[in-house]
Amino acid sequence: MSRLPFYLIVALLLVAGIAMSVHRHVQFEVPWTPGEQRQVWEIEAQVNFNGNGDPAKVEMALPSTQQGFRVLSEHTASPGYGLTYLEENGTRRALWSVREASGSQQLYYTAQVLVAPQARANVVPSPIPDASVAWEPPYDTAAQAVIDLAWSRSADPATFARQLIRDFSDDHQGENARLLLTQFDRVPLLLRLLDQAQVPAREVSGLMLEDGRRRQTLTSWIQVYDGDDSVLFDPTSGEQGRPDNLLLWENAGQSVLEVQGGSNSHVGFSMISRNQPAAAAVRSQQAKDPDTLLNFSIHSLPLEEQSLFQTILLIPIGALVVVLLRVLVGIKTSGTFMPVLIALAFIQTTLLTGLIGFLLVVAVGLVIRNYLSYLNLLLVARVTTVIITVIAIISLFSVLSFRFGLNAGLQITFFPMIILSWTIERMSILWEEEGPKEVLIQGGGSMLTAVLAYLAMNNPWIRHITFNFLGVQLILMAFILMLGNYTGYRLLELRRFKPVTEDD
Amino acid sequence: MWTSPGQLRAKGIVGMNRRNIRYIGRYNDRRLYPLVDDKLQTKLLAQRHGITSPALIGKVSTQFGVKRIHEMLASHGGFVIKPAKGSGGKGILVIERRDGAHFVKPSGAHLSLGDVERHVSNILSGLYSLGGSPDVALIEALIDFDESFAEYSYEGVPDIRVIVFQGYPVMAMMRLSTAASDGKANLHQGAVGVGIDIASGTAIRGVQFDRARHDHPDTGHELASLQIPKWQTLLQLAANCFEMTSLGYLGTDMVLDRQHGPMLLELNARPGLAIQMANGEGLRSRLDLIERQPQGVAPDERVAFAQHHFARRSELERVAQTAKA
Repeated sequence: MSRLPFYLIVALLLVAGIAMSVHRHVQFEVPWTPGEQRQVWEIEAQVNFNGNGDPAKVEMALPSTQQGFRVLSEHTASPGYGLTYLEENGTRRALWSVREASGSQQLYYTAQVLVAPQARANVVPSPIPDASVAWEPPYDTAAQAVIDLAWSRSADPATFARQLIRDFSDDHQGENARLLLTQFDRVPLLLRLLDQAQVPAREVSGLMLEDGRRRQTLTSWIQVYDGDDSVLFDPTSGEQGRPDNLLLWENAGQSVLEVQGGSNSHVGFSMISRNQPAAAAVRSQQAKDPDTLLNFSIHSLPLEEQSLFQTILLIPIGALVVVLLRVLVGIKTSGTFMPVLIALAFIQTTLLTGLIGFLLVVAVGLVIRNYLSYLNLLLVARVTTVIITVIAIISLFSVLSFRFGLNAGLQITFFPMIILSWTIERMSILWEEEGPKEVLIQGGGSMLTAVLAYLAMNNPWIRHITFNFLGVQLILMAFILMLGNYTGYRLLELRRFKPVTEDD
Repeated sequence: MWTSPGQLRAKGIVGMNRRNIRYIGRYNDRRLYPLVDDKLQTKLLAQRHGITSPALIGKVSTQFGVKRIHEMLASHGGFVIKPAKGSGGKGILVIERRDGAHFVKPSGAHLSLGDVERHVSNILSGLYSLGGSPDVALIEALIDFDESFAEYSYEGVPDIRVIVFQGYPVMAMMRLSTAASDGKANLHQGAVGVGIDIASGTAIRGVQFDRARHDHPDTGHELASLQIPKWQTLLQLAANCFEMTSLGYLGTDMVLDRQHGPMLLELNARPGLAIQMANGEGLRSRLDLIERQPQGVAPDERVAFAQHHFARRSELERVAQTAKA
C-alpha cells in the first residue's frame, strides 16, 4: 500500500497554504502580527471657484495607488453636483458637473492613503517627445547651446536631464540659461528643452505630505523616461529621486484642475496623518480591491458575517488542540469535540466565569440526572428532561447573579445547552458504570482540553492569523493529516506501560 | 513514573496510535465490523461455523417486549442480559439465581423485576451502544463455569482473551474478576490480568491495576499453578474466528463451560493493549513475525506455528523458586 498519494496531498496542502499566506502578506500587506500599526494619510482637496451662473464642469486629477502609497478609500462632498470618475491609461480623474453654478462654489474630495512600501503603481505609458519644437531667435541658439553642453556631459536620458536642470539651478546658471529664463517659466522651459533633445519627459504634480498642514498646493516635478524606467527630478534643485513623503497626485502630464463655466478656480490641500491597526487598514483596503480569485477573502463579506467567520475559523485551532492532546498525549475527554464548544463558550464568558459556570451547571445537572435515573425513562425523554433542567439552572443562576449584582453570571447563557445536557448524561452513566474516579479523569481531561483550546483560540496572534490568512487552514489540515499518520507512543502511554519495562 | 519511548520500543510494546493505524486500520475491513459489534450477528455466525457459544434464551427488540421478559425468564434461574452493540462490557447484567421475586446478582445485590425491565429498556434506547443508536437486548444462558477456576475468581466468570492476528493466536490472557472490579472482567476496573503461555496454557505473569501480582487479591490463591484445561481446543476455536469473520486483527473472548468446554463469548475488532501488560511483553515482534508468514495456512497449522514460536517460561514459577531458595 503506497503512502505516496498521502504525502503528495500533505505537500500540496502545505505548499498551497504557505503560498496563499505569503501572497496575502506581500500583495495585500497583511502583517503577520496583529499589533502592527500602519500610517494612514487623510488628505482633503478643496476646490474653490466662482460660478458665473452657467453650467459648470470641474475636472480634477485624482491620486491612484503608486509606489509607496495605496489609496484605501475616497469620498467627495459636493452637494448639487453630478460626479463621474474617469479612468484612462492608468490615470484617474473626477468630473463634477452642474447645470447652474453661481457665486462661490466649494467641492471637497478626501482620500485615505495607506503608507505601503510594497505598493506598485499602475503603468503609465511614457510620453513621446514632441519633435516640432520651434524657438524664436535669439532663444534658438541659447537653447541649442544649453542642450549641447548638457548632452556632451551626459550618457543617458537621466544624466542628461540632471545636467540640464543643474544648468538652470540658481548656483550654476550660465548666460544662456538666464536668457531663456527671462522669457519662459522654468518647468515648461525644461520640458521644451527635453523635447527638443528627444528625451521623453513629462510634468507631474505631487503633494508633499506633512502632518497637520493646510492650504497646501501641489508641486511640479519632472519625470524623465529611459525606456520603461522613469526618474523624478526636482525642477529647481535638479535633485534626482522621489522623496518618501511625496504623493503623486497627477501622473500623466495633464492638468490638475480644469474648470469650465467658472473663474478664480483654485485647489488647496490639507492633510493629517494617523496610525491605525494594520487589521483595520487591511479591512478598508479590502473593501476597495476588485474581487479576484486570489483575493478570495472573508473581508469581502459584510461586517456581521465577518465576525461570525472570525469564530468559525478558530474552530480548527480548537480541534487541533483536541487532536494533539488525544494523539500525542492520550488525554481522555467526554465527547471528542465537546471541549472545543465549551472553549468557544469561554471566549464569550471569559475563563473564570466560564469555568465556575460550567462546573456549577454540570454539578447540579448530575444531581438532578441522578434522580431522573430512578424514574425509569426512555433515553431521549430523559436527555430532553436534562436539557430543560439545564436551561432552568442557567436561568436561575443568571437571575440570582443579577440580583447579587454579578453581571458576569449573565454570560452563562452562552453555554451550548444541548451539549451540556449530553455531557451530564454521559458523565452520569460513567459514574454509575465506572465510578467517580473515571468521571474525574474524563471530566478533568475535558476541562483541561477546553482550557487549552480556549487559551489557543483566544490568543490575539492566533486570532489574527486565522482570520487574515485563509491559507493557514490548509497548513493546519496538512498538519492534522500528518498527525493522523502518527504511529508512535502517546505521552501517557509512557506511564501506562512503565511496569512492563521495569521487571528485568 | 515515566519511561522512555526507546525502552517501550525495545520491549516491542504496541501503542494505541500504532494499533489503530497499522493493525486495525490495515487488517480490519470497516464493512465487517457489524459482524463483531453486534453480538447477535456474532452468535448467529458462530452457530453457522460450528463454534460453540452460550445458548441464546431470547432477545428483546421493542419497548413493549420489555413487559414480556418475565415470561421469557420464567424457566431460567440464572441468565445474562447484554446489549447487542455494547462495548467494553458496558450494560451487561448477570443474574446468578433468584430469591423469591428478586433477582440476585453475583455480588449478592437483589434486583426487582422492575429493575431488570429498566435495564432492558435502557439497552433498547441505546444507552450502552456505540453512538447511542437503538439497540437489541440479548438474554443468554448463564455459563456454568468450570469449577477449576473457582479459586481464581471473585463472583464473576473468568474469561480468556486471545488476540488472533491473520488467524494466528499471538497472545493470550485470562481476566479474573475481583471485588474491586465488581465481578467484571475489565482490567481497567480492577480485574486481574494473567498472561497465558500460548504453547502450554499456563500462567506467565499477573497484573492488577498495571502492577505485577502473584496471587488473587480476594481469594489469595497464587496464580503460578493456573493452567487452562482444553487449551488446544480453545486456541483452535480462536484461530477459527479468523475464517469466520475475515477480520485480520481480532480479540476473541472465551469462557470455559463445565459441560461444553471453551465457548466463544464475544469478538472484538478493537482489542485493547492491556494484554501486553499481563504478558510483560510487547505484541510487536510477534505481529511482525506473523506479517512475514504466507497467506492461506490451515487453522491447525497456524496454531502449531504459534505454539512453537511463542512459547514462554512462566515468570511466576521463577518467583516461586527464588522464594523457596
